[in-house]
Amino acid sequence: MNEIVDLSLIDWSRGQFALTALYHWLFVPLTLGITFILAIMETIYYKTGNEEWKKITKFWMKVFGINFAIGVATGIILEFQFGTNWSYYSWFVGDIFGAPLAIEGIMAFFMESTFIAVMFFGWDKVSKRFHLVSTWLTAIGANLSALWILVANAWMQNPVGMKFNPDTARNEMVNFWDVFLSPMAINKFLHTISSGFVLAGVFIIGVSAWFILKRRDVLFAKKSILVASIFGFISSMFLITTGDGSARLVAIKQPMKLAAMEGLYQGKNGVGLVAIGVFSPTRTDPEFPKLNDFLFKIEIPNALSYMIHLDANAFVPGVKDLINGNEKEGILSSAEKISRGKMAIETLRNYKDALAQGRKDEALQLRDKFMSKDFQDNYFKYFGYGFVKNANELIPKIPLVFYSFHIMVILGTWFLIFFILSFYFVVKDELTKQRLFLKIAILTVPLVYLAQMAGWTVAEVGRQPWVVQDLLPTVAAVSNISTGAVIVTFWLFAFIFTLLLIAEVKIMTTQIKIGPKDGGH
Amino acid sequence: MFEQLSHLTLQHYWWAIISLLAALLVLLLFVQGGQSLIYELGKSKNDRTMMLNTLGRKWEFTFTTLVTFGGAFFASFPLFYSTSFGGAYWAWMALLFCFIIQAVSYEYRSKPNNFLGKKTFDAFLFANGLLAPILIGVVVGTFFNGAEFSVSNLNASQWQNQARGLEAVLNINNVALGLAIFFLSRILALLYFMNSIENASLFARSKKQLIYNTIPFLVFFLFFVIRLVLKDGYAYNPTTMVVSMEPFKYFNNLIQMPVILLLFLGGVLFVLWGIISSLLKDNTKGIWWAGGGTVLVVFSLMLIAGYNNTCYYPSNFDLQSSLNIVNSSSSRFTLTTMTYVSLAVPFVLAYIWYAWKAVNTKKITESEMTGGTEGHIY
Repeated sequence: MNEIVDLSLIDWSRGQFALTALYHWLFVPLTLGITFILAIMETIYYKTGNEEWKKITKFWMKVFGINFAIGVATGIILEFQFGTNWSYYSWFVGDIFGAPLAIEGIMAFFMESTFIAVMFFGWDKVSKRFHLVSTWLTAIGANLSALWILVANAWMQNPVGMKFNPDTARNEMVNFWDVFLSPMAINKFLHTISSGFVLAGVFIIGVSAWFILKRRDVLFAKKSILVASIFGFISSMFLITTGDGSARLVAIKQPMKLAAMEGLYQGKNGVGLVAIGVFSPTRTDPEFPKLNDFLFKIEIPNALSYMIHLDANAFVPGVKDLINGNEKEGILSSAEKISRGKMAIETLRNYKDALAQGRKDEALQLRDKFMSKDFQDNYFKYFGYGFVKNANELIPKIPLVFYSFHIMVILGTWFLIFFILSFYFVVKDELTKQRLFLKIAILTVPLVYLAQMAGWTVAEVGRQPWVVQDLLPTVAAVSNISTGAVIVTFWLFAFIFTLLLIAEVKIMTTQIKIGPKDGGH
Repeated sequence: MFEQLSHLTLQHYWWAIISLLAALLVLLLFVQGGQSLIYELGKSKNDRTMMLNTLGRKWEFTFTTLVTFGGAFFASFPLFYSTSFGGAYWAWMALLFCFIIQAVSYEYRSKPNNFLGKKTFDAFLFANGLLAPILIGVVVGTFFNGAEFSVSNLNASQWQNQARGLEAVLNINNVALGLAIFFLSRILALLYFMNSIENASLFARSKKQLIYNTIPFLVFFLFFVIRLVLKDGYAYNPTTMVVSMEPFKYFNNLIQMPVILLLFLGGVLFVLWGIISSLLKDNTKGIWWAGGGTVLVVFSLMLIAGYNNTCYYPSNFDLQSSLNIVNSSSSRFTLTTMTYVSLAVPFVLAYIWYAWKAVNTKKITESEMTGGTEGHIY
């Protein structure tokens, strides 16, 4: 719990986490999706005995292997960074956050790493059935790995199943199932893995389209597109459904994030959904110097209110309501929340001091006060606000969140259409004639990566300044190390990850050019 | 079922799990040990390819065990996580960089158009093999020799040395442990090569290297152990939680916990037998003895670091800030929950064993490396 922190330390620490997380996420979604596609392809091979399907499976397995290695390299940093750069956070939430991480290691990582070895090296060492089971278990293990870290992330967005213990000065888990099965966790998991499935589907169709354009391995490409388009379409439907669920949850649990996603400054009844909008660089409201004016926006009337509350006339709060408060709608002002948060921190400090100085009666009184239901519901609930100096700190970077959200939604809609078209053309056997579509398919590959990055930007930038919603802001969570040290490691990570990314892209493109003819692994 | 267990019992149980993970991690460092030998032992391109493919089929186990070790430590003793990782920043970062460069090197080294070239990726593997065991040893050495930090009454930690963890290399005991682990990892790798590669020349050279690595291993290991049993240790009073220095603390721990002493001595004998039997009679099973012995030795060392009212992460800056399994652990509820999860561990170990055996049914041969197989070649 830092008293005085250099603000640039927070920016660099956040920057380093964002850098490593985004690099990591360049590789993970393909792993999540392609492993299942591999399993489906190998199942077809197992059932039919058709060697062509084995060749297809092995080619995509080779692509997966190249992608997997760098995903692992970037992933290890994230786990340890919780400790290295967010020291107080590690203690404040370790009792809850650590458990999913440990379970992830025991249950998921070992499953993935054990069976991936059989998948790669077992073709001529184990039976066909055992090999197939190993491929499926690799896919399941990869997705279980995502489950546990997403449970942990969802808890940070919506802390549930815990109670603050003033003796240890941390949150402690009281109900594992509340943490594991919170709607936020389930929704986040399903939304994230389905986004990975969509990415894998687009990736396979894009690469296969290149083969058809080059008039090489056309049969291989068509079969790959057939599997990927069906898989991608089903995943897209899941993605859109869970995205809708996600927005509803955000509206309830993180209203400031929703306001940022929609660029909603002033709340009202019957709020429209912004289909498209562009910000102006000007900021004319002196009370809210972080709010950019809109140059223009096109809204679908009442749609946001309806989507969130299933009531076209429902009230949705904007940034100004959340900062200034809105008595009519029962929204507390930020100033009041900050004041209550300070009171919670002060009471905790007084309790610990009284305890340390042997003033037992006073300590007992303060503890009782702290743990009373009234204090928990009305003061501790705003604990994190006590670290906030200025209400404007509670507003995230709205243009970044707004644009990211809209890019994600527009692209998500395109992917659904894209899978339908891919399926239609492959079933009608018209792919070789649709050269424009094939070119668009290749161009869609970078777009699906862009959509992934945009999605995480919405989720993570949108919840700023909170590391744990309402309880712990970044300023209190960061490790008290020198800014210079973080700058050095930031650039070291940037350098080495970029180097490895270049290597990965070059190897991947070369392997794709070589194609499936050399028999893969 | 586990709800009946006391918080203290759960804390002991989880320290045992952490100790077991640390022991398995040191065993699996044979991958790193082997990487550090690629230039000395691998006289030709084919030798190096065989060696790296033997290791490459197992590198993910080491990596996964390291990640699980970190996750389990975070979950069961979060105050260590926030204190050590946030404090000894440079030590941990150095270790992390070592592992970043390893993960891709196997997969990329032989691929065409790999940007950095095979030599660079092999150099990455060598660097990881050289540095990772030493760094892990040095960091674990601080469990016995202490670090410089303080912890406030709100459990916020503050590192008190500007070197941010790098100061650990100035302690000769830490360095001795680091070097002991480094040479042990090479010994385990040599025994693993002798077990898994079908190549007479490589077998003979591995045997020769075994002698060269056993001598420094014994020197550094004995140095560390002798200093450990003779030194004062960091004890806490379980009633008042006051920390004080106790003469011969780790020696006392071994004597007062005879089962751990037996595990330790048995482990040492197993390691020695694994080496000696391989040297005397061309034994290919030495890895099982030495590997099992390594697990027992590291497991018992970790237990004497945390059991018997000992501070496993002592503070030389403020003795009362030292961490022990009681003051740094997760809540009883969380430890209970995770204890249920730990029931899956035997099942996980069983399928790892099964899959490992399935992949290792045939020894690595030169012909396999030159494409006479359907397998994945690094």
